[in-house]
Amino acid sequence: MTDTLSQFSVLSLYSAMAIYAIAFILFTFDLARGAGREANAAAASDSIVQATGEGSVATLTRVKPDAATQPRGRGRLARIAMAMTWLGFLFQLVATVLRGVAASRVPWANMFEFAMTGTLIITLVFLIVNLKWDLAFVGAFSTGLVLLLLGLAATRYYVEVVPLPPALQSYWLVIHVFVATLGTGFFALGFALSLTQLLQTRREQRAVESKPTRLGWLTRLPDSAQLENYAYRLIIIGFIFWTFTLIAGAVWAEKAWGRYWGWDTKEVWTFIIWTIYAGYIHARSTRGWRGTRSAVLAMVGFGAVMFNFTVVNIYFKGLHAYSGLS
Amino acid sequence: MSRPSDHIDPGQAAPVDDVRGVRLGFVGWLRWAWRQITSMRTALILLLLLAIAAIPGSIVPQRSSDPNGVTQYFADNPDLAPWLDRFQMFDVYTSAWFSAIYILLFISLVGCVIPRAKHHWDALRGAPPATPQNLNRLPAHLSASMPGTVPAEVIAAAERVLRRDRYRVRRYDTSDRLTVSAERGYLRETGNLVFHVALVGVLISVGFGGGFGFTGQRVVVEGQAFTNSLISYDTFSPGRFFSATDLTPFSITLDKFTTRYEERNLNAVGQPIDYTADVTTEVRGSEPIQQVIKVNEPLRIGGADVYLLGNGYAPAVTVRDPAGNVVYQETVPFLPQDRNLTSVGVVKLPDGLSQQVGLIGFFYPTVSAGHSGAFFSMYPDLLDPLVTFNVYVGDLGLNDGVPRSVYALDTSKLTKLTGTKTDLPSLELRPGETAQLPNGMGSVSLDSVKRFASLDVHRDPTQGWVLVFALAAVAGLLTSLFIPRRRVWISARKGSGGTVVEYAALARGDDPTLSTALTRIATAHGSDLGLVRD
Repeated sequence: MTDTLSQFSVLSLYSAMAIYAIAFILFTFDLARGAGREANAAAASDSIVQATGEGSVATLTRVKPDAATQPRGRGRLARIAMAMTWLGFLFQLVATVLRGVAASRVPWANMFEFAMTGTLIITLVFLIVNLKWDLAFVGAFSTGLVLLLLGLAATRYYVEVVPLPPALQSYWLVIHVFVATLGTGFFALGFALSLTQLLQTRREQRAVESKPTRLGWLTRLPDSAQLENYAYRLIIIGFIFWTFTLIAGAVWAEKAWGRYWGWDTKEVWTFIIWTIYAGYIHARSTRGWRGTRSAVLAMVGFGAVMFNFTVVNIYFKGLHAYSGLS
Repeated sequence: MSRPSDHIDPGQAAPVDDVRGVRLGFVGWLRWAWRQITSMRTALILLLLLAIAAIPGSIVPQRSSDPNGVTQYFADNPDLAPWLDRFQMFDVYTSAWFSAIYILLFISLVGCVIPRAKHHWDALRGAPPATPQNLNRLPAHLSASMPGTVPAEVIAAAERVLRRDRYRVRRYDTSDRLTVSAERGYLRETGNLVFHVALVGVLISVGFGGGFGFTGQRVVVEGQAFTNSLISYDTFSPGRFFSATDLTPFSITLDKFTTRYEERNLNAVGQPIDYTADVTTEVRGSEPIQQVIKVNEPLRIGGADVYLLGNGYAPAVTVRDPAGNVVYQETVPFLPQDRNLTSVGVVKLPDGLSQQVGLIGFFYPTVSAGHSGAFFSMYPDLLDPLVTFNVYVGDLGLNDGVPRSVYALDTSKLTKLTGTKTDLPSLELRPGETAQLPNGMGSVSLDSVKRFASLDVHRDPTQGWVLVFALAAVAGLLTSLFIPRRRVWISARKGSGGTVVEYAALARGDDPTLSTALTRIATAHGSDLGLVRD
C-alpha cells in the first residue's frame, strides 16, 4: 500500500515537473517578447524619467497607485503559462498529499519531502500573489527555481518512505517546518522581484543617460520603485513567518533537546537569515540604503535561505540531521 | 531605529544640529559619538556584522554544542586549531568580538528607543499637526468641487467621516478656508517600540537565565535510581549565580526502558520508532508516582525538566578471582557507536586479582560476522547479543591522581593479552555465560544485558520570560509592519456656486495603499453629503 501510493506520488510529481517545464518556457518567451521593442524603450523611458522627476517629492513615501491602475494587460503567452502553472501545482499537490498518506504523516520530514513541499509552497505563493497583482514576469524565475529544486530532489535527495524517528514525533514538526517553508515561499518571490528591480534600475539609469541597453524586455514591467514596493510587501510577510519559525523552533528544541537555543548549525543559519532580513527592513528606511542596496540585501537573504536548505542540511554537522541521506 | 528619513513631519522643522563651530568640547564629542551609535546606519551595519560574525560558529565546531568535535578538530588540525582558539573561534557566541557587536547593537537600539518613545508619547497626547498650506504638494492629493454646499457643512461631514474611520481629528480654520487635520495608526509606532523593547527583554532574560539555572547529565540503568544532588550527576554545569541548595530533592528510578524499531518497512528496518522510559519519581515529602519520559515529552519535576537524550545497553558483568570470590559486579553502560548500537564499554579491576586488569568490551545486540570474521551488529534490538572482551594487564593509571573517564581505558602502561595481535582470541560471552581470564587470573561472567537511559536535567527559571518577550516581539512586529500610519487633511473653501474641497494624505513609513485609502475617504465624504459623482 505504502509503496503503491509513493509510486503514484512520484509519477504525479514527474508530471508536475513536465508541466512546469512547459510553463517555464512559455514564461521565458513572454519575457523575451518585450526584448524586440528596444526602439520603443527609449520613448517609454521618457515618461518614466518624467515620473521619477516630478516624484522627487513623492520619494518620501514612494506611494504609487496599486497595480490595478497600471495599464498593462497580461499577454496570451503569460496567461497560458499561468494556467500551466496552476495545472502543475495541482499535480504536485496530489503528489505531496499522496506522499503524506503513504507515510501516514506530514510530507516534510526529510530533504526530498522538504523540497517537494517547499516548492509546492513557493508555487502556491506565486499563484496567490498573482491573483492580487500581475507578477507573471516572475513566473520564469518561480517555475525555473521550482524545477531546479525538484530536479535536484528527485535525482539526488530521493529516499523511500520511512517512519519518523522519535526526535521528530511532535506536532511542532507540523507547525515549525510548515511555517518555515511558507516563509521561504515569500522570500523566494521577494528575491525574484528584487533581482528584477536591480535590472530595472539599471535600465532606467541607462535610459536617463540615453545609452543603449539590452534590458529592453523590462520596459513592460513595473518601474523599479513599484518592484521594490512589491518585494518589500512580500518580504515582510516572509519575515513574520521566519520570526515565528525561529520561536516555534526554540519551543520545540526546548522540548526535544532540553534547551531552547544552543547555536546548533541550523539555528545559527536561521538566526543569520533573520538578521539579514531585519537589516533589509531597516535598510528600507535608512538614507542611502533604500533601493539598490536593500534589494541586494533581500537577494543575499534568499541566498542564505537556499544555503541553509541545501549546504547546511547536507554538509554541516548538527542536531538538525534529518536530510534522510547517509 | 532612529527616525527614518521618510518620517519628516511637514509641520515641524527638521532638527538642526547644534552648530557651535569647530570647537566641540568633551561633552560635544560624547554627544557626537552617541548620535553616531544611535544612528540608523550604525544599527544597520551592526546588524549585518552580527549576521557575518555568526557564520564561523557554524563552520568550526563549538565547545558549547559539540565539545567532541572541537577535540577532534584539534587532533586533525594541530597547527591551525591553536590560532583559531586564540581568536575564540571555538566559542564564537561567547567571544569578545561577537559580544561586542551585539552589545553595541543593543546600546544603539536603546539609544533610539528612548527618544522615540518620548516623541511617541508626546504624539499620543498631542493633536494632529496643523494643515499645510499647499495640500497639492503631498504624495496623495485629490480635489473636488461640490456645488450647492457651504464649507461649514462640508467640513463637518469630513470630520464625521474621518472619525468614523477612527482618525484622530482636529480643526484648523482660517478666514479663507476651513480644514480638518487627522491622523491614525499610532499603534504602528507603539508596535515598533514594543518590538524593540521586547528584544532587549529577550536579551536580558537569556543573559540571566544562564546564570540562575543548571544542566546536569546522568546515565541511569534499568532498576537504578538517581537523586537530584550534585554528587549523583555524571556531568554538571551550574550557572554563575547557582547554588547547590537550589537543587530540589527528588529521585527518579528507571523502572523499564522500552525501545521499538521498525520491522516491516524494508527501507527502514532497524530505524528507531519509539523510546519510552517508565520511571518512578518521588519528590521529598510526597508519594512516589509512576511517570513516562519520551524524546519529545520531558518530565517536569521539582522546578527542573528531565529529558531523555540517549540510550544504550548496559551489560551486567561479574568478575571472580580463581577461588570464585566476586571481585566486581556491576552493570556497565556501553557507549553506542553506530545506528545498530555496536557499543563499547570498559571494566577496570584495580584490586582483587593478581594484577590490575582492564577489559575493553564490544557489545553487539544482534551479532553477525563479516567476511573477515570481524563481528558487527546488524540490528539494534536484543535478538542475538554478544559481548567480546579484550583483556589488558598492567598499570591502570588510577593511582597517579589524574582523573580518568570511566568510558576509556588508557592502554599506554598496559599489556594486551587477548584479541587482535595477541596469541589468544578475545573472550566471547552471551548472556549467562562465563569465560576464563588468561593466565588463570579468574573468570568473567555476563549475567544479563540491561538498558540504560541518558537523562539530561535542566533548570532555566527565565525561559518563560524569554518566550513572553519573544511573543511580545512578534505582536509588536505585526502591528508595526501592517498597521498603516497616515495623516489626512481635508480643506473646504468657498468656490463659485459651492465649495472646493481638497483631500491630501501623507504616509509615515511604508504604506502602499495610501492613495486608495484617500480615494475611499473622498468617496465616503461625498456620499455622507448626499452627493453623487458625475
